[in-house]
Amino acid sequence: MPTRIPEVVRKAAFALTVSTALLLSTTACTGQSPSGAGDDASKEQTITFWHAWSAPNEVKAVRALVAGFEKTHPGIHVNVVGNMTDDKINQALRAGGSKAPDVISSFTTNNVGKFCSSGALVDLNPFFEKAHIDPGTTFPKAMNQYTQYERDRCAAPLLGDAYGLYYNKTAFAKAGIKAPPKTWSEFEADAKKLTIPQGDSYKQLGFMPDYHGWETTTEHYMGQFSPTYFDRSGKSTIATDPAVAAALTLQKRLVDGLGGFTRLERFRAGLGDEWGPRHPFQTGQVAMQLDGEWRLGMAMEAEPDFEIGVAPLPVPDDRAAGYGKGYITGTIAGIAATSKKQNAAWELLKYMTTDTGAVVAFSNAIHNVPSTLAALKSPDLKYDPRFKTFLDIAADPDSTTSPASVNGGVYLTTIQQLGYDYESGKVTDLRAGLEKAAAQIDTDIAQAK
Amino acid sequence: MAAAHTLKAKHRRSALRTLAFLSPWLTGFAVFFAYPMISTVYFSFMHYDGFRPPAWSGTRNWTYVFAHYPFFWPALRNTLWLVVIMVTLRVLFGLGIGLLITKIKTGTGIFRTLFYLPYLAPPVAATMAFAFLLNPGTGPVNSILERAGVPAPGWFDDPDWSKPALTLMFLWGVGDLMVVFMAALLDVPKEQYEAAELDGASAWQRFRYVTLPAISPIIMFAVVTGVIAAMQCYTQPLVAGKVASGVIQGAGTMFEPGYPEHSTLTLPQLVYNLGFQRFDYGSACVVALVLFALSMAFTALLMRRRGGLIQAGD
Repeated sequence: MPTRIPEVVRKAAFALTVSTALLLSTTACTGQSPSGAGDDASKEQTITFWHAWSAPNEVKAVRALVAGFEKTHPGIHVNVVGNMTDDKINQALRAGGSKAPDVISSFTTNNVGKFCSSGALVDLNPFFEKAHIDPGTTFPKAMNQYTQYERDRCAAPLLGDAYGLYYNKTAFAKAGIKAPPKTWSEFEADAKKLTIPQGDSYKQLGFMPDYHGWETTTEHYMGQFSPTYFDRSGKSTIATDPAVAAALTLQKRLVDGLGGFTRLERFRAGLGDEWGPRHPFQTGQVAMQLDGEWRLGMAMEAEPDFEIGVAPLPVPDDRAAGYGKGYITGTIAGIAATSKKQNAAWELLKYMTTDTGAVVAFSNAIHNVPSTLAALKSPDLKYDPRFKTFLDIAADPDSTTSPASVNGGVYLTTIQQLGYDYESGKVTDLRAGLEKAAAQIDTDIAQAK
Repeated sequence: MAAAHTLKAKHRRSALRTLAFLSPWLTGFAVFFAYPMISTVYFSFMHYDGFRPPAWSGTRNWTYVFAHYPFFWPALRNTLWLVVIMVTLRVLFGLGIGLLITKIKTGTGIFRTLFYLPYLAPPVAATMAFAFLLNPGTGPVNSILERAGVPAPGWFDDPDWSKPALTLMFLWGVGDLMVVFMAALLDVPKEQYEAAELDGASAWQRFRYVTLPAISPIIMFAVVTGVIAAMQCYTQPLVAGKVASGVIQGAGTMFEPGYPEHSTLTLPQLVYNLGFQRFDYGSACVVALVLFALSMAFTALLMRRRGGLIQAGD
C-alpha cells in the first residue's frame, strides 16, 4: 500500500520546486543587455581585450599591437588578457560583468555563426558604415565571408591562415618532375612517381592522402573544388553539388592508387605528429604535403636535408584557369554585446583589424597571413620569398572558406565522418552516403535553431 | 492542555536542533546535488544555447539525442562495454594482485610500491605513453609480437582493439583497488583460516568460504565505484583517440568523435561536445540524465543482488 506523503512535506517540496524554477528562469535570462553603442570613446577609460594566444612570442606581439593602439588613442587603455580558451570566452560573453571582455578574439572561426545568431557579439556593420570602411574592399573575399552570418557581421578577421602545397624539391628532381602539379591529374601522377615502396611500407610516400593525414581534411580538399555547402534557404547542398562528390572521389582515388587505406594507415600510425620536429614532410618520409602557411617556418626550423618548395594546391582539370586559389581560415575578433564601452572597443577592433601598419606589424611578428588586402600588398611585410605564395592565395578572389553555420562546424564534422567511411571502404555508395549526410546536416541545423 | 503545549514546544525545539545540526549537509545537498539535478531536468526540456534565454522545446532534445544524434548509440555501447568488461577485469585483477601481495614473504614493500605507482601517473601522460608503446607501426609491443611471430593488433588504431587497449591501460593502473583489497584481505581473521585448515579445507575452499564472504562488502564497494568511474570515463579514451588519430585538435578545429570509428567515444565526451562545442545545453542535459539514470540503475541492481555477495550478518 503506498504511503501518503505528509502535507507539510508536500508543501515544502512544492515550494522548493517553484522557487528553484523561478530562480532558474530569472538567472537564465541574464544573457546580454542591449547596451547599444552610446558610450563616449573620447573619454579616459580602460577596456578589456581577451585573446587566445599563449606562446611567448605571440603574447609579446599582441602586447606590441595594443601598445601601438594606446599610442594613437591615449585616452583608451587596454587591459590585455591572453591564453583565454573558447570555453572561458563563451562564459564571459554570456555572463558579462565588470571583468568581462569588451573585445574578444578566437581561433574558432566556425563559431561565428553562433556568435552572430545569438547576439553574443554585436553586429559590426553600423560601426563599419560610421567609419566609412567597406569590409568588402578591405578584407580578402574568403575572410569577409567567414566573419559574417546571414548578413550579420559580428566579427572581423585578425590575421588568417592560407593552405597550399609543400613539396620536396630534391625528391622532385630525383623523380624527374620539373614543376609542382597544377591540376589534380598531374598531382596524382606525381604522387605515384614520388612513392618509393619498401616491403609492406614506404621508403618515401608521394603524398599522404588519408583524412587523418594532419591537414588533409575534407574541407581543405574541397576548398579547391569551390563547394557551396548550403543553398539560399540554408539547406545542405552536399548531395546535389557535384564539387563535393568530386573532391571525395579524388581523395579515394589517391588512397587506392598509393597503396590502399590499410597500408597507408599503418604507415601513418608510425609517423611523427603534426606539431613536432618529426613531421613526415620535414623528415622526408612524405614528399608532398597539404598544409597551412605556418609549416614553412616549422619546416625551415627543422633544417631538413632537402630543398622546400611551396605552391598553391592543384585545381580540378576542368578548372585549370583557377589555379592559385586555396582554402582560407583564421582568427576572428568581435565586440561583446555585454560591453558598456562598445565605441571604445570598436576603436581597438578597427585599429587591430583594419590599420595597415598594425596588421603588417602583427603579421610580421606572428607569421600568419595578413587579413586586409592593403596589408597583403604592403612593402613593409617581411617574409621568406616562398611565403609570397600564401599571400597570393589569401588575396585570390577565388580562394574559398567554409561558411558560418548556426551550429558552428557540425556540418564539417558530418562531411568528415562520411569521408572517413568512404576512404576506408565502409561506405561504397557515395551518392547514398551524401544524401544521408545532407539529411543529418539539416537535422542538426534545425536542432540548433 | 499546558502539558500538551509544553510537549509540542519541546518537539519543535528538538526538530529545530536536529535541523540546525543537519543544515551543513542539507545546504551542501541542495547546492551541489538538488539544484544541479533539477536544473539538468529543467534544461533538458529547453532550447538553450547559453546566450539567449532558454525557451521551452518539449521533448525535442530527447528525440534528437535518441533518434537523430549519430554519436549517442555508439557512445552508449562503448560506455556499457567499459562498465561490464573493464570493471569486471579491474576488480578481478585488483583482487588477484592483492592476494599475491599478501602472500609474499619478502620485498612486500617494493612490490606494493611497484604495483601502486602506475595509479599515480597523470591520466594524460599515461595514455600518451600507452599510445606510444602500442603504436602499431613503431611501438615496441608490436615489434616484440612480430618477432615472436604473433599477429600484431592495431591497438588504438583499430576499432576492434581500441577498447581492449584502454582496458589494458586501466589494468596497469589498478593500484587503488590493490590497496583496498590488500587491506580487506589482511583484515580477515587468521583463526578462520586455521579452523578451515583443521577441517581439511583446500586452498580454493578457504578462499571461497572464508576469504570471499569476509571481503564481499569491499568487492561491492569496488564494483559500485568502478561502475560510476567507468560511466565518467572521459580523459583516457579522448586522449588515446586523439593521439592515435594523429590529429591533435586545438581551438578552432573540429570535434572528432572517438577515433577510430567512434570506438573510443564515451557518454561524457558527448556532454562536452553538445554543451560546450555545439552550445546545445538542452541535449547535453539529456545525455547527462541518461548517464545519471544508468549509474542509478547499475547501483540499484548491484545493491539488490548484494545478498549474493554479502553473507547474513554482514
